[in-house]
Amino acid sequence: MTDQSQNQGDIQDWGTSPDQVQFRFRDDGIADVPAVTVDSCCDQTNATAVRIEPGDDARELLPFLDRLQLVEVNFPAYTDGRGYSAARVLREAGYAGELRAVGDVLVDQIGFMRRCGFDAFAPDKPINEDDAKTAFARWPEVYQKTTDARIPIWDLRHE
Amino acid sequence: MYLYDSYDQAMVDARVEEFRDQAQRRLEGRITEEQFRPLRLMNGLYLQLHAYMLRVAIPYGTLNSRQMHMLADIADKYDRGYGHFTTRQNIQYNWIKLEETADLLADLASVEMHAIQTSGNCIRNISSDHFAGAAADELIDPRPYAELLRQWSSFHPEFSFLPRKFKIAVIASDTDRAAMKLHDIGIQIVKNDAGELGATFYVGGGMGRTPMIAPMIRDFVPLDQLVTYSEACLRVYNRYGRRDNKYKARIKILVHELGKEEYTRQVEEEFQHLLDQGVEPPLAELERLRPYFADPEFTDGPKNVDRSDPEFALWVARNTNRHKHDSYVSAVISLKPLAGIPGDASSEQMHLMADLAKEYSFDELRVMHTQNIVLPHVKIADLHALWTKLEAAGLGAPNVDTIEDIIACPGLDYCSLANARSIPLAQRLSQRFAEKGRTEELGELKLKISGCINACGHHHAGHIGILGVDKKGTENYQLLLGGSEAQDTSMGKITGRGFDEDGVIDAVEKVTDIYLDKREDGERFLDTYRRIGMDPFKEALYD
Repeated sequence: MTDQSQNQGDIQDWGTSPDQVQFRFRDDGIADVPAVTVDSCCDQTNATAVRIEPGDDARELLPFLDRLQLVEVNFPAYTDGRGYSAARVLREAGYAGELRAVGDVLVDQIGFMRRCGFDAFAPDKPINEDDAKTAFARWPEVYQKTTDARIPIWDLRHE
Repeated sequence: MYLYDSYDQAMVDARVEEFRDQAQRRLEGRITEEQFRPLRLMNGLYLQLHAYMLRVAIPYGTLNSRQMHMLADIADKYDRGYGHFTTRQNIQYNWIKLEETADLLADLASVEMHAIQTSGNCIRNISSDHFAGAAADELIDPRPYAELLRQWSSFHPEFSFLPRKFKIAVIASDTDRAAMKLHDIGIQIVKNDAGELGATFYVGGGMGRTPMIAPMIRDFVPLDQLVTYSEACLRVYNRYGRRDNKYKARIKILVHELGKEEYTRQVEEEFQHLLDQGVEPPLAELERLRPYFADPEFTDGPKNVDRSDPEFALWVARNTNRHKHDSYVSAVISLKPLAGIPGDASSEQMHLMADLAKEYSFDELRVMHTQNIVLPHVKIADLHALWTKLEAAGLGAPNVDTIEDIIACPGLDYCSLANARSIPLAQRLSQRFAEKGRTEELGELKLKISGCINACGHHHAGHIGILGVDKKGTENYQLLLGGSEAQDTSMGKITGRGFDEDGVIDAVEKVTDIYLDKREDGERFLDTYRRIGMDPFKEALYD
């Protein structure tokens, strides 16, 4: 956890800016507000953007979902999969704002991330556009039910 | 057995294309080895000491003859004419080229097979009872539940980057032939007092550095909540499992550190939440899966065999298991020929086993976690003909569950993690006991060898276990006694200081001498050990 004073003093280090977002699957305007930490978000009643680190409990944000426009989930290393659960927890609770995957976001993970509810991607290193297009369209169908509205194979079988 | 529909086939085909892209990007240098590593691992491709190793998934160990023929063809086309059956009921090839891997995966997909999630920090291939659908003592065939979980766990978007690998076993009898409580999740299908089927969940077992027997966390999960409950178990683990130290990252450490009660409380809370999310497949899906595993058309026939040929009689006694239909048995093909490599089969042997399955076992084979092959449904009337053909091919070793039926990991001969060789030790041990004519006298004695602390050879769970360690640059072997992976699961204890290769072979012989000396009527080695304890064995070894 980062303490609040550090966060406020060095706000540029927190959150990605709109021009860092490489892929976005939303029609609403992109929020241009700095994100705060989960701790700060719980303390500040006016924060509209928050950044979740792998060790944070996404459920702490549930009381504030209405006021949030942007939740960034940081993947410091693509191997740390806690952000996938954080995303699903928020979507399952009804969060409808932008859910942005940031950090070590690679082409081979964006398909999974999309399924967990991410609708914006700000990778540290830009992803080849063609590779990304292929990756987002990789799976003809899916086995699991998530909040992404895709109908799982086992429901298709028994329609 | 289960057959893919067009959905399953499309998923596997998509995976082949994805891997083809990934391998291409790696070969062109567009991604680093570091970035490629988790991708190849999720396709079962490891970089070993000499070459790439590919692990192919055999879901719950079940194969048909067409698939076994393909495994043989792959051994010829992409490897050196061999395959190695593993303790996870899978097969591994040790000499694979990256350039050819996508073609190999396409060949597999053509027979409804894949290498999906056979490694990496994700949910691995689901294992099960190798006598499923055949054993006289089972409640119901566990494989429809295993297949449901196979589909649910395939490309799971949330659980593909877990803290560590995750293994699930499903059984449905009180006799545990799948080491169920030594899995991250062990599931036993049971019936409650109302006569309804459900699942008992054991979570947090495992071998490796820190062996643990999974505690039961829920005695009855209704079948229409099986996936939801599994999802809850995994989510708590994904969120809170340790990621600071890979040796403490398995779920067993989380369950141990939180305590069973607290882990269970968190799972139950997550479960209540997930019940509202509709993640469970419709019960109709389970109904769709069941007929694939329906009994073949058994017919009545002789219930006994002519045992006048002592060699045949020995094979029948050792290598067959009681079947739910009294005119049939399950026959085990031992892949532990004298001084052979445990679990290895040549392409010719694989082709033959496939042909025999077609002729004698309703086109079905199983891979056992003990690295042998089962023909699950053999007519007693056909046993002699089957045995004759196996004998002629060098596959008739009558040694199942004896000291010659050794489980061994690939060890230092192949594996980059190993500290010591396992295979040559297994070969010398089986030779030693066979030459002395001791095997039969010793009866059931499960000997398991791991070449390092990661315990792929299940040494903790051997009646006698051997662990290879590195002692100042030389191979050294520790001896363990008293482990079991069956329903009476227990962990072996180390006898004391280790031995060199010759020394550990002598040591195994000494402990078997003590057993023969002290055993009482009908006792197996394990029973005698449990009754008399470690001391008499220690005395013989070190005084």
